[in-house]
Amino acid sequence: MKRRNFVDIFLGGSLLATIAAFVYPVVRYVLPSRSGGGGVQNSVTAAKAGELPPNTARVFKFGSSTAILVNTPEGKLVALSAVCTHLTCTVRFDAETGTLFCPCHNGRFDLGGNVLSGPPPRPLETYAVEVSGADVIVSRES
Amino acid sequence: MAAKIGQSVWKFLDERFLLSGLIAFGKKKTVPEHRRSFWYFFGGICLFLTGIQIATGIMLLLYYTPSVDAAHESIQFIMGVVKFGWLIRSVHSWTANILVGLLFVHMFSTFFLKAYRKPRELTWVTGFLLLVIFMAFGFSGYLLPWNELSYNATRVGTDIAGSLPFIGHWLKTFILGGAEVSQATLSRFFWFHVAILPLAALALIGIHILLVQTLGMSKPIGERNTKEIPFFPDFLYKDALGWTLMLVLIGVLCVFLPWEIGPKADPLASTPLGIKPEWYFTFMFTTLKLVPAHILSIEGEKLAILAFMTGGLLWLLVPFLDKRAGREKRSPVFTWIGAALALYIAIMTILTYTVPKL
Amino acid sequence: MNIRAIRLFAAAALFAPLLAFGQKNSCIECHNQLDDELKAPAAGLAADIHAQAGLSCKDCHGGDPSQDDVDKAKDKSFKGSPKRKAIPQFCGGCHADAVAMRAFNPNLRTDQLSQYWTSRHGQRLKAGDTKPAVCTDCHGVHGIQSAKFPKSLTFPWNIPQTCGRCHADKATMEPYKLPTGQLDDYKASVHARALYDKKDLSAPVCNDCHGNHGAFPPSVSSVASVCRQCHPSTGDLFVKSPHKKAFDDMGAGECEVCHDNHKILTPSTAMIGTDQGASCVQCHDKGSKGFEAAAEFRRELDGFESGFRTAGDLLAQAKHKGVEVSDVEFRLQDVNTFLVTAKNLTHGLDRAEVAKAVTDGEKALVEVRAAGEKALDEARFRRRGLAVITAILALFGVALALKIRHMTRARSAAEGRGSHS
Repeated sequence: MKRRNFVDIFLGGSLLATIAAFVYPVVRYVLPSRSGGGGVQNSVTAAKAGELPPNTARVFKFGSSTAILVNTPEGKLVALSAVCTHLTCTVRFDAETGTLFCPCHNGRFDLGGNVLSGPPPRPLETYAVEVSGADVIVSRES
Repeated sequence: MAAKIGQSVWKFLDERFLLSGLIAFGKKKTVPEHRRSFWYFFGGICLFLTGIQIATGIMLLLYYTPSVDAAHESIQFIMGVVKFGWLIRSVHSWTANILVGLLFVHMFSTFFLKAYRKPRELTWVTGFLLLVIFMAFGFSGYLLPWNELSYNATRVGTDIAGSLPFIGHWLKTFILGGAEVSQATLSRFFWFHVAILPLAALALIGIHILLVQTLGMSKPIGERNTKEIPFFPDFLYKDALGWTLMLVLIGVLCVFLPWEIGPKADPLASTPLGIKPEWYFTFMFTTLKLVPAHILSIEGEKLAILAFMTGGLLWLLVPFLDKRAGREKRSPVFTWIGAALALYIAIMTILTYTVPKL
Repeated sequence: MNIRAIRLFAAAALFAPLLAFGQKNSCIECHNQLDDELKAPAAGLAADIHAQAGLSCKDCHGGDPSQDDVDKAKDKSFKGSPKRKAIPQFCGGCHADAVAMRAFNPNLRTDQLSQYWTSRHGQRLKAGDTKPAVCTDCHGVHGIQSAKFPKSLTFPWNIPQTCGRCHADKATMEPYKLPTGQLDDYKASVHARALYDKKDLSAPVCNDCHGNHGAFPPSVSSVASVCRQCHPSTGDLFVKSPHKKAFDDMGAGECEVCHDNHKILTPSTAMIGTDQGASCVQCHDKGSKGFEAAAEFRRELDGFESGFRTAGDLLAQAKHKGVEVSDVEFRLQDVNTFLVTAKNLTHGLDRAEVAKAVTDGEKALVEVRAAGEKALDEARFRRRGLAVITAILALFGVALALKIRHMTRARSAAEGRGSHS
């Protein structure tokens, strides 16, 4: 094989390899993945409609943190961040008093997120709840 | 077989696009080769990096959302969930910084080689305008992840714009889309970054390259070496070697130093200490911090900003001011001015990061 | 008293504060010209909460501030500065009078004086000792600020220092044979760290456990009630456990026995178990049921905690290698809640409960560990990918270099031939 041809073939071949090596990540990036989903997780299906009896609550994963969905005795659904603003323990729903209670240092919040007593320095963030068909969807308030 | 198909495809396109003429023109293009021709590579590599920015930018558009509720989250999504999202985003952020750095090198190398002299004045003018546009790209792009650093850097930067005499307040409001950094600002910066600035950049790059093609490469004053090499393919292969090395560098940077996401911006939080703009703005930022509060009863900051604007204007008009170079004569005065400016920029930038409480 | 007099009195009372600002005050004028101790009252008065309420020197000390001559100013109504023993009543003259205080701040309590007499300080003062703390020792004098202001001597983060002025001073405490290590102990505690480092004003200081004005060391039986104010779940668990009766029988002070009273450190699993430094072996000898239980609790917790630490290390490694793990880090924080719950449950001494909490926690930990491993895999994938792409680009680079060399040689050879022909 002539020297010149070898160099050209080597060049052409390595160029193709380079192009392929760049096309691969681009294709993987653009193709929607199986698990992916729409993109940014700004709303989550917290429960099925009717799943929570009144005066109970359920803790669920919301984005990168935890949230709590409460069904009040009157049947209204409210959702808040479940991360206590004192030292980040997960709050619980206290059915007897209709408040959110943090077991770590006795912090107490109302269902609007406001601090009622105890050490928490800030209120809990509230989320928007929407019942869409059979799903209860929780999303960040705009 | 493959050669025959190739030939008929070529014939088809040639008859319709009249490509042969173009090829003939291209074959005639030559590039001088001399002691300083190494600097010729910098223009090409800036173009290459711009291409990378356009490609990665378009890909980021697929998953990015320019809304204060979703911008930061979408970056997190790209970095953590999208396949190779971390790579695309890190390439975009790293290449942006490398590009601005190389643009400065390109600008100073053409300055010291006096490539701006007649008839290449407009190449210089379009080039400097391109530098300003790319710094605007950097400023606008920096806000888009909507993290603490970018939010505050934007605040500081637009405050400085707002301190300009007469037009300051209007300019700041126009840039911010309101009185302070908000959703309006994010939308506006996004608009600048993906539509307005790319349009302007492409137009200017078009003119810039057209001029380079038409006029050929400038040789240093008094260069007697007449050796020339063909652009296609000789110079292009050499270009490509440089680009390949650049790709390796970018790859290493992205894998070992992926671009950070940072905490989400909180408009209600107080400004963290030591906020500074991106490094290519720091020479101006540090100048403003060091300038005395008042110089001859005029506010020091305003005077410094005016000095920068005047300096920028003069720098833009250098080809028309440097008469000696226009006559193919050495002009050491301008060389010294350029050296002083380069040194000033370097020192001010280094000071920003080495002096603790600036 | 006819209507007119009452109206006049009311008007005077209402407008007195205004009048006070405009009126001449020879006390201040004179004392400002003196030095040191005698200047201090005048100098500090502007910041005083009483002055801000419109009161002035004569309202506490009597005298006539309109008189420049010192003998005339110190008229019959002049009370001078009260002796230490009389200070509580002096301040209590207004502060224990609900009707008087209502005019200034209806929210302020008026039981401080009666509480004070129940305190150790008050008792000793009544017995004739002039050294115990009186009102001015803690609140200051002539510059008293509301406890709500950060500079006040009675603002939460200043209280340890205020109490410590006497209680951490060996010379002062020596006659009473009282220990003086409490302040240092407190400063080493987790409560002090929360207060001073995290600026958590809900953290307890001296008065939260000892009372303010009725300050008295809590009796052994009431220590637990005091701790329970902020740690109710722990208290409830303890009460239901076999330790409650055992401690009561021993006359031991519940929480304090294992956690100390002032030097309360972050509880660690090292406190449970059968090692030398553990709390359990203070009472439970080897071979006893308690000893076995202690060992088992420790085993459960240790297993969980080491798993938690390993997961944390895994994430830190992946993060160091550049992989995005903030999502997983948050879930690890969630697992920490399980760990805290499990540690808390040990106070109930119910093996089943603790085991259940640990199991729940470990389920969550499995998820976190898997995510951590995935992140490390991603880091490895990236590095391998970089090696591959670098190799391909290197090959391409070599091909280019060869081509360039080839072409340059060919061109100069052609030129050489050309110039010869």
